[in-house]
Amino acid sequence: MREKILYALGLAGALLLLRNLYVILLQLPDESAQGAIYRIIFFHVPSWFTCFTGFFVAGVSSILYLVKKKPVYDTFAVATVEVGLVFTIIGLITGMIWARIIWGIWWTWDARLTWAFITCLIYAGYLMLRGAIDEATARARYAAVLCIFAFTSVVITFKAIEWWRTQHPGPVLSIRTRGGNMDPAMESMLYLNWLALMLISAVLTAVRMNQEGVLRQVEGLRRQVHASS
Amino acid sequence: MDQRNFTYMFYGLAAVWAVLAIYVLTLVSRESRLSKQLNGLERMLSEKETRKG
Repeated sequence: MREKILYALGLAGALLLLRNLYVILLQLPDESAQGAIYRIIFFHVPSWFTCFTGFFVAGVSSILYLVKKKPVYDTFAVATVEVGLVFTIIGLITGMIWARIIWGIWWTWDARLTWAFITCLIYAGYLMLRGAIDEATARARYAAVLCIFAFTSVVITFKAIEWWRTQHPGPVLSIRTRGGNMDPAMESMLYLNWLALMLISAVLTAVRMNQEGVLRQVEGLRRQVHASS
Repeated sequence: MDQRNFTYMFYGLAAVWAVLAIYVLTLVSRESRLSKQLNGLERMLSEKETRKG
C-alpha cells in the first residue's frame, strides 16, 4: 500500500513537471529585459522553496526527537536534510548559470549568495557529523541539536535580500511584496513547479527513510555478530 | 547574446536533471549495498547459531 502511494506521488510529480516544462518552454513568452534565460527562475526559486521546506521539517522533526526520543523523528530529519541538500545544490547551480548571463559573472560574495553557500555547508556538515558518530543514540542527539541551530542560517538566507543591499534581485513574489512585481501567469507557474518538486522530494524522502531503517537493522545485526563472537 | 541566452537556459535545465539523476543513482547504489550487507550479516548470524546448536 505504502509503495503504491509512493509510485502515485512520483508519477504525479513527473507528469506535473513535464506539463510545466511544456508551458515554461513553449507557452510563456520571453521576459522583456532578460530574454529566454529568465526561465531558469522556474527551477531556481522552487528548488530553494523545496529545500527550505525540507530544512524546516527537519528542524521540527529534530525538536520532536529531543522531546520524545523516538528514532523515527531522527530518521525523518536525516532524510529531509539529505533531499533538501540536493535541492540546495540545484538552487546554487541554476543561480550561477543565470548570473553568468545577467551579471556577466558566475558568483559574487554578496550577503544572499554567501549565506546560501553557508547554509549548504552547514547541512553538508550535518550529514558528515552523522557519519562520524558510531553510537546511534549519541549520533541522533548531536545531529538533532545541530539541525535545530542550522535553521537560523535558512532564515538569514531567506531574509538577506531584505536586510542587506545585495546584487541578488530583491523580493518579486506577491506573498513578499504584497503587490507583486511578477506577471501572474509566471508567478503561478513558479508555484506549480514548486508543487512538482515537492512531490518528487516527498518520494525521495520516503526512499531515504526506508534506507535509514535498513541501516539501523544492519547496525543492530553487526552488534549481535560482535557480541556472539 | 540571444544564442548564448538560450544555450545557458538549457545548461540550467540540464543541471537540474543531472543533479536529480546523480542523487537517484546514489540512492540506488546505497540500496544495493545495504541489502548486500543485511543479507551477509543475517547469513553470518544464522551460521553461528547452527554451529552453536
